[in-house]
Amino acid sequence: MDYNSIQQLLKLAARNNKRIGEIVLAVEAEKENESPDTIRGQMVISWEVMKQSLKKGVTEDIRSISGLSGGDGKLFFARQPKYLSPHISKAVAWALGVAEVNAAMGRIVACPTAGSSGIVPAALMLAKERLAVDEEKIITALFTAAGIGIICSVNASISGAEGGCQAETGVAAAMAAGALTELAGGSPTMVGHAVALCLSNMLGLVCDPVAGLVEVPCVLRNAGGLMQAVLAAELALSGIQSRIPVDEVIEAMNEVGDSLPESLRETALGGLANTPTGNQYRKKVQ
Amino acid sequence: MGKADSVFEVIGPIMIGPSSSHTAAAVRIGLISRAILGESVKKAIIQLHGSYALTGKGHGTDKALIAGLLGLDAADERIKSALEIAKDVGIIFEFQKVDLGDDFPPNTVRLLIEGPTQVHFEITGVSVGGGNIGVIEINGLSVQISGEYHTLISIHNDRPGIVAKATAIIAQHKVNISNMCVSRQRRGGLAAMVVEMDQSLPPEALSELEDKAQIVRLIPPIY
Repeated sequence: MDYNSIQQLLKLAARNNKRIGEIVLAVEAEKENESPDTIRGQMVISWEVMKQSLKKGVTEDIRSISGLSGGDGKLFFARQPKYLSPHISKAVAWALGVAEVNAAMGRIVACPTAGSSGIVPAALMLAKERLAVDEEKIITALFTAAGIGIICSVNASISGAEGGCQAETGVAAAMAAGALTELAGGSPTMVGHAVALCLSNMLGLVCDPVAGLVEVPCVLRNAGGLMQAVLAAELALSGIQSRIPVDEVIEAMNEVGDSLPESLRETALGGLANTPTGNQYRKKVQ
Repeated sequence: MGKADSVFEVIGPIMIGPSSSHTAAAVRIGLISRAILGESVKKAIIQLHGSYALTGKGHGTDKALIAGLLGLDAADERIKSALEIAKDVGIIFEFQKVDLGDDFPPNTVRLLIEGPTQVHFEITGVSVGGGNIGVIEINGLSVQISGEYHTLISIHNDRPGIVAKATAIIAQHKVNISNMCVSRQRRGGLAAMVVEMDQSLPPEALSELEDKAQIVRLIPPIY
């Protein structure tokens, strides 16, 4: 059993009447020649670290070495939102907070990268609180997210230096969108649409870190990615479908990534990094 | 960055931020350098090249490298205070920004390290994406070490029979070789052999090799 596309993964889940995460776990156990329990146990450890970083990011006073980031997660968590629902507002704070913990040399789980590490944990904690799902389902959902991430990595990229920010926060959001859809009872087909819709909305996002650091705009883009993930899951759960099949969207992301100039692929030579203020920050930091 | 073929390459590693290449990989380069040295580090001159030199400070690359030299792993929260810890235990260290030339990848560091017995090494390590690393040079000899396997390193004078001896020992212990590389300065000069293995060897198995080589190290996977 193996999968090389989202379509194949969804089919395996549908045919075996299993959750997507269960298929991903079974394939991983087979590949690594380990028992599913061992693999699952490793994921439980990752989720524990994620939970610690979620808590830390919205309760502690955090500041990065450069001073470019810190404090926004805590600030946002304590505030009454004007437009967002209280649940979504909290999730945004978590996404910001974890990204800030990362920037300040705290412990996180790269997901798929360190710079995009806030999105999936924030989304899963949102599902846990909003839908009251148990830990066991969250762990399976992490495998669902991982399956989506693996396919994006194989058929496109999960590196900002290769594919821009769409490859990092974009893929993180797609992973989260799929997991959120499945956790809310969406079918495998809906999960596919959630991934497609989410990536479509984040296509072309460039990697332009100010002063070359994983802070501005990376922390903010974790909040944006979280919102895109929630939106895509909600759209897919309503029955809205992506007109472009999910694996073709991933192909498109790959093509877009290849077409991005080097200045917008983590080199800190373009975009926000190359604004007058961005350049001032660079001088200050280096 | 390569293509992920495992769940824990997209959800993982568990690490101290902010950057898998500038922080997690730097810790691991420090860690494997300490293992190659074979004893604790007393003195370190750390030469940062490319992006490590340009943006290393903001990414805590300096702290990460020292943390690794202290023996901390990439998920250890003490990395943040590694420079203070190193000073407390009396390690002398110095950072230099260097240009090693275009042949080296952007995230390269060269470590000149020394232990209490005055044994010293010059080790060049690179970040290859996703927190993965490679050691590409030891004492000027080309090598390829990923740190993901049990690794046998031998540095010896180039002459027939060393590789055969090593592979015979490995075969005797029914250990499977996953990667292997040999290189030398010139015929008859100093040579290096690196064997990455799926299992470990008992340390006493290497005594015959130790008789023939100047340096033999058996290093467990560092991640």
